[in-house]
Amino acid sequence: MTTLGDSFLTAWQLVAAADTRLAGIVWLSLRVSFAATLIACVVGMPIGALLAVGRFPGRRVLIVLFNGLMGLPPVVVGLLVYLLLSRAGPLGAFGLLFSPTAMVIAQAILVTPIVAALTRQVIADEWAEYREQLRSLGASRSRAAATLLWDGRFSLSTAALAGFGRAIAEVGAVMIVGGNIDGVTRVMTTTIALETSKGDLPLALALGLVLIAVVLSINAVAYAVRGWAERKWG
Amino acid sequence: MTVWLAIDGLGLIEGGTTIIDSATLTLSAQRNVVLGPNGAGKSTLLRLIHGLLHPSGGRIAWPTSLSQAMVFQRPVMLRTTVLANVEYGLKLKGYATAERRRRAGESLARVGLEHIAARPARLLSGGEQQRVALARAWALEPELLILDEPTASLDPASSREVERIIDEIAASGTRILMTTHNLGQAKRIAEEIVFIDRGRIVEQTAVEPFFTLPQTEAAQRFLQEETP
Repeated sequence: MTTLGDSFLTAWQLVAAADTRLAGIVWLSLRVSFAATLIACVVGMPIGALLAVGRFPGRRVLIVLFNGLMGLPPVVVGLLVYLLLSRAGPLGAFGLLFSPTAMVIAQAILVTPIVAALTRQVIADEWAEYREQLRSLGASRSRAAATLLWDGRFSLSTAALAGFGRAIAEVGAVMIVGGNIDGVTRVMTTTIALETSKGDLPLALALGLVLIAVVLSINAVAYAVRGWAERKWG
Repeated sequence: MTVWLAIDGLGLIEGGTTIIDSATLTLSAQRNVVLGPNGAGKSTLLRLIHGLLHPSGGRIAWPTSLSQAMVFQRPVMLRTTVLANVEYGLKLKGYATAERRRRAGESLARVGLEHIAARPARLLSGGEQQRVALARAWALEPELLILDEPTASLDPASSREVERIIDEIAASGTRILMTTHNLGQAKRIAEEIVFIDRGRIVEQTAVEPFFTLPQTEAAQRFLQEETP
């Protein structure tokens, strides 16, 4: 128990001192996962909305596909992106492997289906309520999708958060395509995995605490903003 | 009076159930109210005419094409201001921003809500929301306004206000086609009554003879049951 207690103490000191090495890792994690979530929202939300209101062949298949892809194993995504970006791969010429960009790509692929599937659910509920009114006013389906994306913006924050939560917490994909290079591609989750296996529990624990704190505070802020917005707009 | 809508043998079958049964009807009066028992198919008929549902058979013919708007029993408000809700319909019709704002403002003034133009629409009372929905429809200056039980979920005061607005819209020359459960309202608004029962159009009569001496037994029974 003393090792655990000591580890916590050291971990806390690292956090309190805003250790530069720790801060660099946290900052990279946030940047990579935020960029990946942003891309996933820009791509996934319109896809989700069109799946909810659209009528085109293959729609049902796509819905099942996106729902299924929500559970994509990060290591598999990492492996696929690795194959794409490796020197011999189709995108090898860009030299992106083992860079933060590669990590953003992998996480974006991982998170887009989550955002799309959750968006589809939110927009489908809205569509059931708004459908006749929007059609009566002459909205095309793509116009209706855009309107509902804006109208459902507060509910959709949950989809974005779920995506961000998935991105920041995953370790398999960023480990494979980032390579966990110190000072370059080392993020919170890969560091925790590495330091734990090396036996450096304080740093691992410190990062674990920060990771939990980040996820909790982002959720708390989003919850507060959503509550405020819903009271304001109904 | 010239005929503005001719429906011939219109039918709607959904999941083996006949909802509208070969309806044949011509409308030429300016103010038309569709009456009938619950589940008779009143709302469905309106939705078929408005184009929200596709008929299983028959045809709907418009001698001259009329611009339409529809107001529903429960108003659907977007999560934005009252003014932006009214502007939304105009935006879809392609009006430029300044023109849109002007028309939406005027329309809100006509329903007596210009003072709450900046308020979030979803937080208004049901009666106010229905007036916003009427303003949204009116701003489009439709040649035909379809209303599906517009006062069914409103209190008496709000109902009267909505009725006053419908009356004004009609007075501006717009054709009215509406359903209601309120017989007093039907009497006040309608020139002509279309009576529908179990998906069939049973009777079409001018408003006074309908309420004094309906031609069909079904309509007589309906009036007896509905009159307190």
